[in-house]
Amino acid sequence: MRLAHKDILGLEEMTAGEILLILDTADSMKEILTRTIKKVPTLRGRSICTLFYEASTRTRTSFELAAKYMSADTVSVATSTSSVQKGETLKDTAMNIEAMGIDVVVMRHPVSGSCHFLSRILKASVINAGDGMHEHPTQGLLDLFTMREKKGQIQDLEVAIVGDIYHSRVARSNIWGLTKLGARVRVCGPQTLMPPDIEKLGVKAYTDLDRALDGADVVNVLRLQRERQEKGLFPSAREYAMLFGVTPQRLKAAKQDVLLMHPGPMNRGVEISSAAADAQNSVILEQVTNGVAVRMAILYLLLGGADA
Amino acid sequence: MKTLIAGGRVVDPANGIDRVMDLLIEDDRIAALAEKIECSGIDRTIDARKMLVCPGFVDMHVHLRDPGFEYKEDIASGTAAAVAGGFTTVACMPNTKPVADNATVVEYIIAKSRREGKANVLPVGAITKGLKGEEISEMGDMKSAGAVAFSDDGRPVMNAEVMRLAMQYASMLGLPILDHCEDLNLSQEGAMNLGATSTVLGLKGIPGAAEEVQVARDVLLAKLTGARVHICHASTRGSVDIIRWAKSLGVRVTAEACPHHFSVTDELVRELQYDTSTKVSPPLRSADDVKAVKAGLKDGTLDTIATDHAPHHKDDKDVEYTYAANGISGIETAVSLVWTKLVSDGTLSVSEAVRKLTSAPAGILGIDRGTLSPGKVADITIVDPEADIIVKPESFVSKGKNSPFGGFALRARPFVTIVSGKIQYEA
Repeated sequence: MRLAHKDILGLEEMTAGEILLILDTADSMKEILTRTIKKVPTLRGRSICTLFYEASTRTRTSFELAAKYMSADTVSVATSTSSVQKGETLKDTAMNIEAMGIDVVVMRHPVSGSCHFLSRILKASVINAGDGMHEHPTQGLLDLFTMREKKGQIQDLEVAIVGDIYHSRVARSNIWGLTKLGARVRVCGPQTLMPPDIEKLGVKAYTDLDRALDGADVVNVLRLQRERQEKGLFPSAREYAMLFGVTPQRLKAAKQDVLLMHPGPMNRGVEISSAAADAQNSVILEQVTNGVAVRMAILYLLLGGADA
Repeated sequence: MKTLIAGGRVVDPANGIDRVMDLLIEDDRIAALAEKIECSGIDRTIDARKMLVCPGFVDMHVHLRDPGFEYKEDIASGTAAAVAGGFTTVACMPNTKPVADNATVVEYIIAKSRREGKANVLPVGAITKGLKGEEISEMGDMKSAGAVAFSDDGRPVMNAEVMRLAMQYASMLGLPILDHCEDLNLSQEGAMNLGATSTVLGLKGIPGAAEEVQVARDVLLAKLTGARVHICHASTRGSVDIIRWAKSLGVRVTAEACPHHFSVTDELVRELQYDTSTKVSPPLRSADDVKAVKAGLKDGTLDTIATDHAPHHKDDKDVEYTYAANGISGIETAVSLVWTKLVSDGTLSVSEAVRKLTSAPAGILGIDRGTLSPGKVADITIVDPEADIIVKPESFVSKGKNSPFGGFALRARPFVTIVSGKIQYEA
């Protein structure tokens, strides 16, 4: 079995079968990460470019390491030091990169839909590393991978996603992936950060954290961006922490063996308390490890596959 | 010079005519309209059997982009597109560069249109200087130069007091305000309609209320001032309801609907995968809004159909969705959309559709157009109601190829467009 498209734009357009294929492939990739010599020749001679129009630590490093562990060549374009500063359009930048023989472009961009736009321009594969408020499919996949690894299966899990749902591409990718694999999803956050008609995506929406956490198997806490406060979307970090901050105390409403996740970077003391983030049931750092395995799997399936 | 239009179904709503007749044009005037016209010295006969012979269509809302943005459109290309779309008269919005907020720019538009225009061009002057929404512009001087209405289209007048004064001043001159209603605080950074689709696509949504709060404000100000206010591109159920209510109170309000707002929904942004040709202000709305706009057209709440023809260069659209310019190049698809989306399903009779494209906008603009009465200027649009077409934006006459309707199979198209007795377009 192979992936249906040349690009990874979002989990919305993926089938459950494709998602499971990526997770199964990531299982064997994770084994490579435990070796002393973390290098396989699978993607030798293939080239991957990361093109980031927004800041990133985890995602970019994770993609680059994933590529390098499989012997691909990587280059990265940081838009703060590139011709983008001279006014070059995304289209021109991308076509120039492709003209140098790149096989995969990994892009992060503040505007939703930019990866769709790019995929229409390029013959190379496009991997969405986060587009605006739309999707962050590799984060969604690594979250699914982590849940499956810890809980055995996704089917029938009760998953609560807590925080700024409105602006969160992580939430959207999680929702698509989880619902396709049969989990039940609740989303929770202040009404001002809840997108309209979110329940049409097959989730239940809450503004009461205790109710949202009640009986949850997994709690995925989203990052709260401080600049949302300046726009008046919530009154203060203090009140946010009071109403929506995830703490060991609030987590008592969830199942005893609840899994606590966060895509990072964390605002300790705001959306998540240190006591919760550093507790036994927190898998936040394992998510990061799994991110490399999942990205290796995706690169392998896009580039290696049958003809490697 | 005599031209005979023979055997067509003549539709002239202002005169209550809808039957098969001949129409004779002599020079720039309509000479006769009769069951059968036989006379000597006819230079050209147009066989109009199975065709609809209508007064020339009037589009009271277009952007010709001239002066200043000639790379998007200019008066020559925009009026060529107009006649190709069946429109003999267009009113052009003042968001040019420089802004048409003074008599000099208005005179330029009129002079250039006389030289290069294929259709009649009626300049709309700005409500406020520089479209800034702060001080009212020299409306009197612009009227003397030929402006037919005032608008800050593309931008709202955010300050209610400025709008109140503008209405008072415009009503002194007897000209209407063409009102772009949008509360910028509610719409800011929005790229599409707020709803389930914007949630899925992760695009910042513009609520219908962003339009409706200003429609409500401005019909109240029209009530207060007695001014004539025409609501541009009404796109939501709330707007239609408010306009209907205002009309029931006797407020002098009229309103238009655009083809894209009664033809497609915000779902198209998803179907076309963020294709920026779907980005327009006000945005494509929900299915319920489309239903309400059609109901508003049917019951007369919405008086006219105008295109908001907004041509853009590829460079302004071939970018990320949020960065793309707003607007649809719509003047060449309007007739087909009216017939396919309104006439074919009985929302409008042929006569009602033609009225909303002719005598209704002519009346609002106060121009002597929109009928086929003998003696009037021979501006005539002949429509082929049976033609099947596939929309091909790349073949548009307009410089702007930005249309979300590429590939749409539509029914009906303009067949012949005559301006002042002269054939300016033939299919």
